[in-house]
Amino acid sequence: MSDAAHADIKKHVRVYITVFAALAVLTVVTVAVAYLHLAFVPALILALMIASVKGALVAAYFMHLVSEKKVIYWILILTVVFFAVMFIIFPAAHADQAGSM
Amino acid sequence: MTESVHAGNGHGGHHELSFWRKYIFSTDHKVIGLQYGITALLFLFFGFSLVMLMRWQLAYPGEALPFIGSLFGDERMPDGVMLPEFYNQLGAMHGTIMVFLGIVPLAVGAFGNYIVPLQIGAPDMAFPKLNMASYWFYFAGGVVMLSSFFVPAGAAKAGWTSYPPLADIETMGQTMWLFGMVLLITSSLLGAINFLTTIIQLRAPGLSFMRMTFFVWAQFVTSFLLLLAFPPLEAAGVLQLMDRLAGTSFFLPSGLVVSGEVMDVAGGGSPLLWQHLFWFLAHPEVYVLILPAMGIVAEIIANNTRRPLWGYKTMVYSLIFLGFMSFIVWAHHMFITGMGTAISAFFQITTMIISVPSVIILSGLFLSLYGGSIRFTTPMLFALGFLPMFGIGGLTGLPLGLAATDIHLHDTYYVIGHFHYVVAPGTIIALFAGIYYWFPKMTGRTLNDTLGKIHFWGTIIFMNGIFMPMFFQGLAGVSRRLYDGGQIYEFAAPVIQYNEFMSISSWLLALAQIPFIINVFLSWKRGRQVNDNPWEATTLEWSAAPSPPIAHGNFAAIPKVVRGPYEYSPPEAPDSYLPQNEGPPIQPKVQVEA
Amino acid sequence: MDIPYTVTPRADTGVFNAKLGVWLFLASEVMLFGGLFSAYVFLRLGVDDWPGVLDGTAYDRASDILNVPLATLNTMVLIASSVTMVMAWASLMMNRFDRYKLYMGLTILAGLIFLVIKYFEYSAKLSHGLTPSDSNFLAIYFTLTGLHGLHVIGGLIVNGYFWGPGSKMWKTNPAQFTNRIEIAGLYWHFVDLVWIFLFPTIYLI
Repeated sequence: MSDAAHADIKKHVRVYITVFAALAVLTVVTVAVAYLHLAFVPALILALMIASVKGALVAAYFMHLVSEKKVIYWILILTVVFFAVMFIIFPAAHADQAGSM
Repeated sequence: MTESVHAGNGHGGHHELSFWRKYIFSTDHKVIGLQYGITALLFLFFGFSLVMLMRWQLAYPGEALPFIGSLFGDERMPDGVMLPEFYNQLGAMHGTIMVFLGIVPLAVGAFGNYIVPLQIGAPDMAFPKLNMASYWFYFAGGVVMLSSFFVPAGAAKAGWTSYPPLADIETMGQTMWLFGMVLLITSSLLGAINFLTTIIQLRAPGLSFMRMTFFVWAQFVTSFLLLLAFPPLEAAGVLQLMDRLAGTSFFLPSGLVVSGEVMDVAGGGSPLLWQHLFWFLAHPEVYVLILPAMGIVAEIIANNTRRPLWGYKTMVYSLIFLGFMSFIVWAHHMFITGMGTAISAFFQITTMIISVPSVIILSGLFLSLYGGSIRFTTPMLFALGFLPMFGIGGLTGLPLGLAATDIHLHDTYYVIGHFHYVVAPGTIIALFAGIYYWFPKMTGRTLNDTLGKIHFWGTIIFMNGIFMPMFFQGLAGVSRRLYDGGQIYEFAAPVIQYNEFMSISSWLLALAQIPFIINVFLSWKRGRQVNDNPWEATTLEWSAAPSPPIAHGNFAAIPKVVRGPYEYSPPEAPDSYLPQNEGPPIQPKVQVEA
Repeated sequence: MDIPYTVTPRADTGVFNAKLGVWLFLASEVMLFGGLFSAYVFLRLGVDDWPGVLDGTAYDRASDILNVPLATLNTMVLIASSVTMVMAWASLMMNRFDRYKLYMGLTILAGLIFLVIKYFEYSAKLSHGLTPSDSNFLAIYFTLTGLHGLHVIGGLIVNGYFWGPGSKMWKTNPAQFTNRIEIAGLYWHFVDLVWIFLFPTIYLI
């Protein structure tokens, strides 16, 4: 393998280690915010926000999404949209019961 | 049927595959497609037989079924009289088998598998071994579903929808239904991954997305629906299995009383949760049922009008929009579950919107007939028959999509009439069209035309005989899933008389399939032989591959695509057609019997 | 005829077939776990107290029943295994098969540690008589973590195969082998990703 490619991979390795450190810190943050003892909905939103940052790091750098091709992005965007539909509409339907609005 | 010509299959030589590797555990998409097709047709006939039994009970409630009634044994039909529990098994399994073991495997597994690689100029699917695995998961799911009839208390009885709380407490057959579904869902997911990768990655040089056939576009959108909509049902299936096997209460509310006793479970669950998860899949599923059928009809119409499809781009964009919308309409199946007005209004609006692309596609197909030189070949008869039937099916859906009218019509025979029009004289007619159309590609022989025409007229007439009266029964208020067909209710008296008529239509429909079965068996080895492109079609499966296509490779050389898929009667050569791959305009010489 | 683009990417999409295939598979897995997460939110919105009453005692916090320190450790174990997994692939890209074996081995080890810790978690619950049928809280806990655990086992089988008998392909077709490890890595990272969302949702709120 060429030297340039080697150097490229070595740069990647530095990124992996950095991301690992960030994930470790964020895990501590995740546990720490639990001590705020928020109500379910705000606690869920906060937890999901932090988890999304962690998840984004894993997806972007370990799964190489930062340098992935458009076709992959489109599939993931579509998936996220339908996941959001499910995640939002199910509770919305639950909240809006007959006679309540 | 085919002799395998191993034209440079990459292993550097010709090795004769054993019978098992050639016909049973093949990785060739054409063999797999045929496996799916044969298995699916058998399941369709079996599922149809289940309802023919039900229709005896509906026509003559409480009467013994002559000759064969006693064969079913005392737990099902003591003295030949159907028990309600058996009626419910037949109902639930008819729906499950027709949708998941019959139509989808035929429309997607058979036609999709066989035709898509050919129409995009690919040697096979992207993942041939995964393709084979998909088929065997389907087969296994089918075995599990069929075996459920023979366990104590029989098969699933809680409808094809498996609603809790009933489904949670039903007998063993319900658990087998859930396991069967897990296997079938796995098959579909693996298939969807294969189709999407194949269409995106393996298109021949020059085949841009907007040069793909409408059939391939339909399969493409269908695969996205399968990929993203099935997993929530798989999740629901896992949860219902936990309820049944581990005693959880995902779907069991607190304080549920069964047979006079409060259930000893933790409670706190929600039957509505199942409905949301189920319909999140099951609504896109109905588009899975119809989209491939529209694709088949489009191919046959273009070919037999000798004209391009009307508004190809508009129809493709409508297809994509339809696929997207199909994910956000599901709760129109839940209008009467106590949902509030805001969320009901949301789903009503999205449901009304989704009828627009549907109408555009149907109109496009109708408009494609205008100005065409129509050849009334057998496939074209079936394709033409599809159009008004799907029209009736679609239009009768509108009162169901509007919450106010749905209150009256939900769970009545009107619903059964609506969806059967779309699936039976709709999709099944289109699938028959596809069989008549592509049989010569698969075998190098045509099916007999006279038998085909008898099959067509018999099928379409008797299908209407079964399903048209259902609208009137539903409007009169007759509920579905009634073991006696509504006989016990006074308000149903004016419409009960239709039951016998509908049942007789169903038995005559069965007889009308006999010419088809004979036709297939006779023509497979002894039908009239034809050349590689008897319909004079432009698309790659006809213009670039032999009949049947080469095993493990399809084409002698990968075709190069230079134009769109429906260049019939181009302005520069109005008597000819232009094949999609490189080549001059072709003057039709061979007369296909119309 | 061979299937094109199994190793070299297709020019206009820029990907090889299996990469597209695995991302499609992961998309379906997002909807699977998403369905379960949506179920969890739906069920929890329907009750006032969560985890609720178990064996006569009322609990307000999941952390009173579930072992948060152990789960936090498991989170770090899985994240570490994600690092070793991507390092395994990077080693192959640098032509270091020995390093690949090391990192892949560490990944498998981390996965096994995860499962062992899980085993201790589950057996602690079950020995205290806390089963899925006792409450919806326990039901969703066991189901979600159990399904995730099954995915970990699946990943271990795949990784084990590629560490062992499957690694022979490095000698005959190193490019395709590297691709396969990349694909296996994508799956493994996804398993980590699911846990990253699962951990706070189930254990901490």
